[in-house]
Amino acid sequence: MPITATHVNLYHVCHRELWLHANEVRMEHTSDTVSEGKLIHETAYPQRAERYREIVLDGVKIDFYDPKAKVVHEIKKSNKAEAAHLAQIKYYLYILEQNGIEGATGILEYPTLRITETVTLTPTDRSEMVKWLTNITVILNSLTCPPLLHAPICKRCSYYDFCYVGE
Amino acid sequence: MKKSYYLFNPVRLSRKDNTLQFTPFDEQGNEAGPCRYIPVETVSDLYVFGSLDANSALYNFLGKHGISAHFFDYYEHYTGSFFAKEYLLAGKMQVAQTRHYTLRNKRVALAQKFIEGAAFNILKNLRYYHNREKDLAASISQIEKYATQISATTEVPELMGLEGNIRQTYYAAFDTIVAGFTMENRSKRPPKNELNVLISFGNMMCYAACLDMIYHTQLNPTISFLHEPGTRRFSLALDLAEIFKPILVDRTIFRVLNKREVQPSDFATDLNGCVLKESGKKTFVKAFEERLKETVKHRTLNKSVSYKHLIKLECYKLSKHVMGIEEYKPFKIWW
Repeated sequence: MPITATHVNLYHVCHRELWLHANEVRMEHTSDTVSEGKLIHETAYPQRAERYREIVLDGVKIDFYDPKAKVVHEIKKSNKAEAAHLAQIKYYLYILEQNGIEGATGILEYPTLRITETVTLTPTDRSEMVKWLTNITVILNSLTCPPLLHAPICKRCSYYDFCYVGE
Repeated sequence: MKKSYYLFNPVRLSRKDNTLQFTPFDEQGNEAGPCRYIPVETVSDLYVFGSLDANSALYNFLGKHGISAHFFDYYEHYTGSFFAKEYLLAGKMQVAQTRHYTLRNKRVALAQKFIEGAAFNILKNLRYYHNREKDLAASISQIEKYATQISATTEVPELMGLEGNIRQTYYAAFDTIVAGFTMENRSKRPPKNELNVLISFGNMMCYAACLDMIYHTQLNPTISFLHEPGTRRFSLALDLAEIFKPILVDRTIFRVLNKREVQPSDFATDLNGCVLKESGKKTFVKAFEERLKETVKHRTLNKSVSYKHLIKLECYKLSKHVMGIEEYKPFKIWW
């Protein structure tokens, strides 16, 4: 199974969600937070579509890529899971590099918070990335579902009912 | 919040730009009243009891929005659904679900859980009325006795027999719970008297509600455990309905009859049996919808959930069971 940016993102949020997502147990359709995020994604930068491109490399899709300036844009709703967002962009940069595009940078955008952040891929990130990818492969190939996370973030997760329903 | 729509009167349903247009019509096919418009985003599904006139453009439109239409005949039997394209495909879940059907002990184990949940909820109903000066002690102890035999069964038909005994004892108690109506025997296709009509109608509503919830999960509605997977039926919905019938259907029946919301005049009896008139249908459907929307505080989720959502939670538990994440425990009413 090719590792997608979603996998890298989820790896930094919840291993259980990563496993469930990879096993096609999806819950996004039940979540208002997800549809809100989608709406922000579609409406935040109306002028962007003309100049930027959507590209697919090694099964990884980048929504907004500016080929001239070599900049990857990623729009997110809130910075609650910022580490995961950063990891996702770094994975894009890593994939670009693997495909011979050197020196690309990323911009993480939170339109509703009016925050943007520049992201670059450092040598430490590169070695970290190899570790992440190995761990992700292990989780994806595992036959058992990782345990419950029991974190505050669970309460807002679209898998909350699924995970915690109990009896 | 999406809503279910129940169509009783003859109506022409069409796509008007990006919304739904309802045009009532009379026997001659002429327009009979003003059109109504309902935003498509607010519709979760359609229950069609009356005559529906629609074209393929409409069904394409419904399909795109994941809206199913369930159809019922004159006797309120479920005849089929327009099922929007599956949007949650999960190969691994399907394989896991199938494996639980094909391995006998895995299948019986799940089937037992359904009956266990159903029996518990049935007893809860009986005890509720027993505490309200209806003498149901004999039925309760009889069903308790049957319930202890559930775990000893080794075959599905044996379990089905046990379930039949439980239901028979339970339905016999309806005479005591509902004053003024008699149950006699359970009769179907067509039901012979008022209580049987309401049970059939209610069970069918419950079945459709379960089917609808399964549709929004990754489970395959045709692979079931207690009921034999049928070619024409979504039998997993029948399995789930066992657990929810006492809570959703039977309680609604007791309510509408004991509060005299549905009266003998809401039924029509003829040679072929008994049918619910439109007035009765409307009252029952309304009471049933209210029941589905009613909320309870969930013990482990620590938030309020509707009865309808409880069905979906049951699907989640079943998914987790077949995926080997957590053993399935049937829903038992805890309040």
